[in-house]
Amino acid sequence: MARINSLAELTAYKNAALAGVSKYLANDSEQTIIYVGMATCGIAAGAEAIFDALNDEVKKQGLQNVVVVPTGCAGKCYAEPLVEIKKPNADSVFASGITADTARKIVSEYLANGTGDYILPNKGYGKQVRIALRNCGIIDPTKIEDYIAVGGYEALAKALTQLGRGGVVDEMKKSLLRGRGGAGFPTGLKWEFGYKNDEPKKYIICNADEGDPGAFMDRSILEGDPHNVLEAMAIAGFAVGAAEGIFYIRAEYPLAVERLYAAIAQAEELGLLGENIMGTGFDFKLSISLGAGAFVCGEETALLNSLEGKRGEPRLRPPFPAQKGLWGLPTINNNVETYANVPAIITRGADWFKSIGTEKCPGTKVFALAGKINNVGLVEVPMGTSLRDIVYEMGGGLPNGKAFKAIQTGGPSGGCIPAQHIDMGVDYESLGSIGSMMGSGGMIVMDEDDCMVNIAKFYLDFTMEESCGKCTPCRIGNTRLYEILDRITKGKGSEADIEQLKELGQVIKNTSLCGLGNSAPNPVLSTVNFFLNEYLTHVNDKKCPAGACKDMVRYVITDKCIGCGICARNCPVNCIHPTQQTLPNGKFLHAINQDQCVKCGECLPKCPPKIKAIIIE
Amino acid sequence: MNDLTCFAELDTFIDALPTKKGALISVLHKAQDIFGFLPTEVQDHVANKLDVPASKVYGVVTFYSFFTMQKKGQFRVNVCLGTACFVKGAQDILDEFKKELGVDTGGVTEDGKFSVDALRCIGACGLAPVITVNGKYYGRVTKADVKGIIAEYSSKGEEANG
Repeated sequence: MARINSLAELTAYKNAALAGVSKYLANDSEQTIIYVGMATCGIAAGAEAIFDALNDEVKKQGLQNVVVVPTGCAGKCYAEPLVEIKKPNADSVFASGITADTARKIVSEYLANGTGDYILPNKGYGKQVRIALRNCGIIDPTKIEDYIAVGGYEALAKALTQLGRGGVVDEMKKSLLRGRGGAGFPTGLKWEFGYKNDEPKKYIICNADEGDPGAFMDRSILEGDPHNVLEAMAIAGFAVGAAEGIFYIRAEYPLAVERLYAAIAQAEELGLLGENIMGTGFDFKLSISLGAGAFVCGEETALLNSLEGKRGEPRLRPPFPAQKGLWGLPTINNNVETYANVPAIITRGADWFKSIGTEKCPGTKVFALAGKINNVGLVEVPMGTSLRDIVYEMGGGLPNGKAFKAIQTGGPSGGCIPAQHIDMGVDYESLGSIGSMMGSGGMIVMDEDDCMVNIAKFYLDFTMEESCGKCTPCRIGNTRLYEILDRITKGKGSEADIEQLKELGQVIKNTSLCGLGNSAPNPVLSTVNFFLNEYLTHVNDKKCPAGACKDMVRYVITDKCIGCGICARNCPVNCIHPTQQTLPNGKFLHAINQDQCVKCGECLPKCPPKIKAIIIE
Repeated sequence: MNDLTCFAELDTFIDALPTKKGALISVLHKAQDIFGFLPTEVQDHVANKLDVPASKVYGVVTFYSFFTMQKKGQFRVNVCLGTACFVKGAQDILDEFKKELGVDTGGVTEDGKFSVDALRCIGACGLAPVITVNGKYYGRVTKADVKGIIAEYSSKGEEANG
């Protein structure tokens, strides 16, 4: 394939793609597109069989103007496997819960009559504003033609031929884009540090070590639009004067890794990466390094050690990586989602970007909604959008009519936000002001069945396990926090324990070496702050109101029992037996032997719904 | 594949590296791909080839949770314990696997057929709770599904052996 050597040649390539293999992406396309979400979740839910069935049926019916496109994640994970149907000049509709059979029906029934009971009522993406995810679910991520057809690599061309190095840095500074990995450091400023450094060799790194449990936007971007991130890294390399870029990506994301390798090879073949990019003399080589399962490697100095083949322990700062990073050389490190914003900013300008979001935090943020919420998935919203809009409007509220209790943001580094703050607009400052943080954008919704002490313990278990062990406050302090929480959830805590949690948590925050330790106590401190009563019930009454702390729970059969024995037959440890007491219907009242009960909860749903004789105490 | 060919394959990989500087982790990834786990003999071999102390190799292997020094089962069950899976009952699923297979987390069944591990978030939160068996994903798993999943592989194992 011929290399692209100028903006004119890029435009020619784009027009050829729009007239050829990427025809369905043209504005005046008369083709009906059937998209099949084929990111990790889609494939796990069976998308491959659906894709084949759709293709087969289209062929069988001899439909010329229908095209089936494998694409990345549309963010509507709750509806997987998901098919999106876009007819010319119409809003797209989504079909959910598809099997290979219904896939055939989409072609034979929906395309002909416009009806089908598998079509979701909500069209399009609602109030979302998609910048980082703008191509996810729209293009085929395995084809560079598709990316170029929607304007890809034009930002790189503009940077190389019009803006120049200083111009790119200025535009990025003006845009006020802040790091989407969680800390929110201004990206333009970081790039300027690199730009001003005279060292001849520098590095660009993309942090794709998305270890925050419950966050998966980086995976979705890399699986659904890999070229977007490659282009941004090349722009960063040009601006700071680096000829080498490295992806540090989790080994747990095999599909993303595969797509990145393919994308790099495609871009190199066209001369959009590698040597003498677009004939401008700028060289930029990208490589991929796999992580090996250590949460702390998301911390940028730990990541550098890991790239050097060492244990992923953080370094003392200063010197900052922009001064002395990988192999002691200046290194600029940004997160995947941060990069995903860059090409759009360069193409459309900082002023456009600043028109979205809030004054201090322009742009959007992708949130991964999970937990007790109807529409589990990714949403991209302008900064400042309220939690209520995110949970109820985009997330569709909580399932089973349960009450909203809290939302956890920022993963193991963040905190739990109670219902009273649900109307708060979300940005870096507002979340920080109530003891949580943006983090990478995971949002876990919790309902009345979730115990806040148990959740705090869950996160501490995680940070304790993931602490690298280099500094004492984090290694020992977090272990002590966990032990105290463990005591409380087992009904052995006291009020003094709660005071100790607060004091110790503050010490760990103030004295730990890196971001992991600095933020590890947040889940504890925020739950103690907002849900103190729940802690007090645990330590004073030795009860868990949510019924989640199993050691404090007792399953008891009340006198509503009708003696049917269903519970006894379903008890895995055989600890439910009839008593001597006769019931009005002549059968015997049953009872649970508390010494043998393993609190599995198996009996509770088995008791007939009209009777509900089993309760949790 | 016997040990000799395994070591030969690993050596080919190492000799083809553009530089040995900083290559330890990618070499260990490759070694675990080939051997299935990283026993001390493999670690010593890597240390010699890369000219780094064996203690450093051991330090790295034990630091990263992806690396294991224990041989895994023929079928590796991984239960995701990310937050989304946790609030949807992943702990119960893990307990059920442990109960049904009679092993602890990280353990291998006596016949070497199954191993059970807890995994860090695999980012498929939309399908929570999620488990994988030898890389194949199972979404929205319930406690009742566990026996069926085990049975699916038990019979496969017999076919393979028989």
